[in-house]
Amino acid sequence: MRARTKFIIGGVLVLGTVGYLMASGIKETGVYYLTPSELAAKVNADHSFYNVGVKMGARVVNGSITRDVATQTITFRATDGAQSYPVVYHGLAPDTFTDGVDVVVEGRLMPDGTFRATTLLAKCASRYEAVPPPTGATPTSGPAAARSAT
Amino acid sequence: MTDLGNIALWITLLIGAWGSVVGFVATKQRRPDLARSAERAIFAMFALLVVASAGLMHALLAHDFNVEFVAAYTSRNLPVFYTWSAFYAGQKGSLLLWALVVSLFGTAALLVNRRKYPELTPIVASVVAIVITFFVATMVFSANPFERLGYTPADGRGLNPQLQNPGMVFHPPLLYLGYTSISVPFAFAVAALITGRLDTGWLHAIRKWTLLSWLFLSCGIVMGMWWAYVELGWGGYWAWDPVENASFLPWLTMTAFLHSVMIQEKRGMLKKWNIGLVVLSFLLSIFGTFLTRSGVISSVHSFAQSNVGYFFLIFLILAAGASFTLYAYRWPVLEAESKLESMVSREAAFLFNNLILIVIAFSVLWGTLFPILSELIKGTKVTVGPPFFNQVNVPLGLLLLLLTGIGPLIAWRHASTGNLRRQFFWPVAALLVVAIGLVAVRMSDGWAIGAYALAAFVVATIVQEFVRGTGARMRLHHEPMPLAFARLVGRNRRRYGGYVVHLGIVMLFAGFAGLAFKSDTEATLKPGESVEVKSPYGHTYKLTFQGVSQYEQLNRFVSAATLEVYRDGKYEGLMRSEKRQHLNSLGQPTFEPSTEVAIRSDIREDLYLVYAGSVQGTEQSVFRVTLNPLVWWVWYGGMVLVVGGLISMWPGGGGPTAASRRRAEPAGYVAQVTG
Repeated sequence: MRARTKFIIGGVLVLGTVGYLMASGIKETGVYYLTPSELAAKVNADHSFYNVGVKMGARVVNGSITRDVATQTITFRATDGAQSYPVVYHGLAPDTFTDGVDVVVEGRLMPDGTFRATTLLAKCASRYEAVPPPTGATPTSGPAAARSAT
Repeated sequence: MTDLGNIALWITLLIGAWGSVVGFVATKQRRPDLARSAERAIFAMFALLVVASAGLMHALLAHDFNVEFVAAYTSRNLPVFYTWSAFYAGQKGSLLLWALVVSLFGTAALLVNRRKYPELTPIVASVVAIVITFFVATMVFSANPFERLGYTPADGRGLNPQLQNPGMVFHPPLLYLGYTSISVPFAFAVAALITGRLDTGWLHAIRKWTLLSWLFLSCGIVMGMWWAYVELGWGGYWAWDPVENASFLPWLTMTAFLHSVMIQEKRGMLKKWNIGLVVLSFLLSIFGTFLTRSGVISSVHSFAQSNVGYFFLIFLILAAGASFTLYAYRWPVLEAESKLESMVSREAAFLFNNLILIVIAFSVLWGTLFPILSELIKGTKVTVGPPFFNQVNVPLGLLLLLLTGIGPLIAWRHASTGNLRRQFFWPVAALLVVAIGLVAVRMSDGWAIGAYALAAFVVATIVQEFVRGTGARMRLHHEPMPLAFARLVGRNRRRYGGYVVHLGIVMLFAGFAGLAFKSDTEATLKPGESVEVKSPYGHTYKLTFQGVSQYEQLNRFVSAATLEVYRDGKYEGLMRSEKRQHLNSLGQPTFEPSTEVAIRSDIREDLYLVYAGSVQGTEQSVFRVTLNPLVWWVWYGGMVLVVGGLISMWPGGGGPTAASRRRAEPAGYVAQVTG
């Protein structure tokens, strides 16, 4: 019985430490994951929300990407249909980053209204699976037509 | 042929419906004829799924673009090797592969076990039939790989370039093998619960199956890491992405089971826990699939959102409900035969090992689901990233590493001071020497020092076991050393295979700890210009840009940047990173350009080069150079782990009989060698 009690005490200690690590981990590294509209609502309600680290999930506006290879700067507009923000990202973009893909950018919305991203993830749904074309988009090529036939 | 495949799928569904029920009826009414029928249902489903898979393979290789799946994932100019792998590049085909593999494992498990465990196999057959039927129903009603288009396109869409990589050819099937083979241990656990035969018999039946699933899963995960490393070009191999986590979760619970099962075999403890772990592993594998395919959690790897996710969710809820009801029903029977006697014992070490593995699994699950949980509770999505997972898991991982050294050496029941001194003197000495040495050379990262010191501790325990075991055989049997060593391992495969697995784990940890010293450099260069990077060992690499050449190759247009590499002024060779623009059969560009990284790898560090592109209208090109210390150890650690697993699994030595022979003896190597 003694050993059992000791084990339970040891277990509680482990669990307590992990609980603490998890709680503090979430507190320190957790960031809001917002759409541009939600971000706009947050910022309008509370101006101190500028310059706070957030993640924004949005779609790249077609034709908005400009790449300055010399300074390794990429700018584009990210939208959720209702609200959009210009995004500035410094670094190498993933291969999948292109017009119309879903991206997740992590960074800060600056008071001037630009989103300064420190990470850029392109969620290429077509990596494994063909994406259904967004409503309103017209299928252009053969493969897209093939998809719409399913 | 393709239509035959489709018909085979439908017949599988019908037979599956019969097989799902008949095994339970056979057990309830004690009807051997129905029990036979349940087994035959699995064999028939396997045969039919082979036909269905052959049908899909035929459609792929024959470029039958009238089949939607073929048109969506292949094209005429795709190399045959990848046309073959396109089978599981998409949702529909991967479901078929999944069902095929479950039926294969089910067939094998029945053939191996039906004579030894005739009272369990009818239910095992029915549980396996339910799992297969679920997958086939999902295909037939929601994602049929044989679905035809209303017309026949001239060419298909082609395979995503990132999947055109050897790692991607082997990684998914291995992962699927791991996921699916858990169905067999799960089916045995359910059979044991239903029949009430909860002695260690069912454990013997599934121990090797679980080890097999665990091995496949390990291979699949490491292969996936390798693919991410060489193909995705971000310089790492693990990002705590939800999909990666999904494969890690069942791996953790299975690892816990492989350890705790030993306590049940030796001491009759942890019966409830073990059944729980098997059930949990199965549910987590289904959950992982649900996560990957439903789009509930945003991941870089997601399949397209589809209603296949609902099928998985419903199946998950039903399976969880049924197994927990059964579990609760048999709860009183699962009483332990003995109790924990001391905290300084192998039992206690294993209990802590299990506790930590489960806590890691829980924290990973929590972090993965946190966006959903926070949205449910607080109304806004909050995500946690790699820092969260690292903060929680690095300390836990090191604790686990410590137990990896302690567990196998400490005595059962109660370890005496003499036992502790005898077993741990040299390992602790190794730990201290390495720790002091690393502090002396001013290694900057405390966690890394801890990791290497503990790694030395574990390696010392393993070496000591091999040395003492070999020495004992040499003395007792008068064998020369190589023979003594070979027989030692050969006659105690489970034990020494386990040590080799531990060695692989230590190598993996050594590789992971190397991440603390990773560095990235970005550079814009004109031909003739160079960039210098310093490695943590003090070497200076100089990379001189030679230029970009462009040419067409296979199904792609390639721009290749070549750089000369010098280390401390000495010429080391050329590195070539490519941008590839894939083309369709009309020669038009298809998909986004993909990057082919260049890696120079040795035992100490990897030089990892990415050509990011050239500035238009100038000769300037942009590169990222990453120095990744000790990545080699991750890949080779993975291989050592697989070799160890194979040694443990090899039929013969160290099986149940050997285990029962050893039952009463203390934890000393001599008794085991002579016994």
